[in-house]
Amino acid sequence: MDINIEALDRDHVRDVFRAMLTSRILENKLGSLYKAGKIVGGVYLGKGQEAVSASLAAGLVQGQDVYAPLIRDQAGRVAFGEDVLDCTRTYLGSVEGPMRGRDGNIHRGRPADGMLAMISHLGSAISAICGMLVAKRLRGAMDGVVGATCVGDGCTSTGAFHEGLNTAAVEGLPLVLTVANNQYAYSTPNDRQFACEDLVDKAVGYGVRGHRVDGTDMLACIVTMQDAVSRARAGEGPQLVVASMLRLTGHGEHDDGSYVDDGLRSSELGRDSIDVGRGQMIEHGFADEAEIAAWEVDIAESVQAAVAQAQKESGPDPYADDWTAYANGALQNG
Amino acid sequence: MSDVTYIDGIHAALNKALADDPSVFLYGQDIGKFGGAFKATKGLQDLYPGRVLDAPISEDAMAGLAIGAAIEGARPVLEMQFADFSSVAFNQIVNHAATHFYRTGVPVPMTVRLPSGGTPGSGPFHSQSMESLYAHYPGLVVVTPATVADAYSMLLDSIAMDDPVIYCEHKFLYRWLKSESFEGDYLPIGKARITRPGKHATVVTYSAMVHEAVRAAEILQAEGGWEIEVVDLRSVKPLDTDTVIASVARTGRLLALGEAFPWGGVTAEVVSRVCADGFHLLDAPPVRLNAKDTPIPYHPKLWSAHRPTPESIVHALRKLLNY
Repeated sequence: MDINIEALDRDHVRDVFRAMLTSRILENKLGSLYKAGKIVGGVYLGKGQEAVSASLAAGLVQGQDVYAPLIRDQAGRVAFGEDVLDCTRTYLGSVEGPMRGRDGNIHRGRPADGMLAMISHLGSAISAICGMLVAKRLRGAMDGVVGATCVGDGCTSTGAFHEGLNTAAVEGLPLVLTVANNQYAYSTPNDRQFACEDLVDKAVGYGVRGHRVDGTDMLACIVTMQDAVSRARAGEGPQLVVASMLRLTGHGEHDDGSYVDDGLRSSELGRDSIDVGRGQMIEHGFADEAEIAAWEVDIAESVQAAVAQAQKESGPDPYADDWTAYANGALQNG
Repeated sequence: MSDVTYIDGIHAALNKALADDPSVFLYGQDIGKFGGAFKATKGLQDLYPGRVLDAPISEDAMAGLAIGAAIEGARPVLEMQFADFSSVAFNQIVNHAATHFYRTGVPVPMTVRLPSGGTPGSGPFHSQSMESLYAHYPGLVVVTPATVADAYSMLLDSIAMDDPVIYCEHKFLYRWLKSESFEGDYLPIGKARITRPGKHATVVTYSAMVHEAVRAAEILQAEGGWEIEVVDLRSVKPLDTDTVIASVARTGRLLALGEAFPWGGVTAEVVSRVCADGFHLLDAPPVRLNAKDTPIPYHPKLWSAHRPTPESIVHALRKLLNY
């Protein structure tokens, strides 16, 4: 992809890369905590997908746009403005976190602030983001707003993906649906997941614009996402972005990913977007090595502080919990 | 006022909700210009442009869209064309809508209308009663109005409620059930009603079976002076155990009656609660009467034998009274 470096917004590029770095440093820490037995339940990382995730969310405006991150969107969460504490508190079960110990790991969000809390059933958030946009339209507040979500190659096989994207297209909603094709859904390779040549071809079938990008190339991701987000914002309807890369981790930290094909690992798809991004930052003068090194120190300190903070906070108290699933508490136990 | 029907009550409630609250919108298949498969939304799109939206045949996405809209502050009312098709939306309803408030503290004020229950000739896929499935899930409210006034007031209450409500409207009652007015003896969601007082046995039921139970009670009254109390649950989740137990305390005998399949479900829940909390009140083992344990048959002769009828209810009550 030919990129006009001059046309890039320097601050935006720096924001994207810094979110990617934050995600990687935080996720390395989460992996260590998991291996040390400090986290109950699974740990799911986005290693390899940072460029796609961060460049999508960095184009969104918190408080105006709506965003549904999925399992491998730690970088996007940071770029959208989620506090690192939300992550550490949720993984470590602090009652102070947004999920208060009632849900864990990547199943977190702040829906009142426009960031949905994912459920595990793939594709569910696509139509939910559509609904958030429809509600904004109903009160005359949809102009210039974008709704975005990211899914994986596996999600494209679900009925929810089809129904959600078709609904967005029928309603003409400003949805940016990103497919991070990381070649595997858990252990299932693409050739057991779909039979089309390229997932972006699906765009034609839904009557939406399709975009294809090398998900390991940070600058290409930035350019593509800016195009997709600005088209949605301008009222051009849903945008389907398919980004390709390799998942550089297991499905979760319990999984060593030994089934991943060696040929893919050594291919262009197996490049680490953090390494590619670092090279691009330096080559094009967005930051120098010393500055990036200073960022890394800063980020590591803030991650360490967020872990320490969450670790010293209390977990939920089953005797203090109100044990109600209803906003109208009088309905409980009926 | 001339006679109004159960479906008129639903239509009037939708109209009033749309008029009173700009955050209310309707979403469902064929509900716009066409007015819905049962005409529950007839003319409403013209009255409220942009707020009565036709949906593609995508029940999962319809429910997901409603969830997102509700999170964002709207009050969507979904029409499933038939309750049976809500199975396609099951994931969104039970995993997304039902868990949301508990997980995040953000409520999901959506209403899902389910045209429920059997009518002659509808067959296995246009006749189902889904209330037990949804009632199983924490976070959902499940209502089953049996009267014109309840169809009206409970739909308004459902839409105003901050929790997701599964509103089971019985298709058999749509045009058959008439009343002089939408107004009746109002009760909030969660309260059962004594439809017919009695002293010899209690029938606990809901939805269309309330009317079959009353017919059975009339037969037994005429036949032998039996006074059968009929309790209309009105909402199956929450289930008004207090009113049920109080009735059993008066009569000592319980028949739990429902149109749904017999394994588990609302009638099993009623019997279970009465046995656990009111065992000492019982003069006879509680009886359950439900539909048969097969898919719902097409032919009217099979269908009318599949579901409880006044005759089969009378038969069950006789056994209960003779114990």
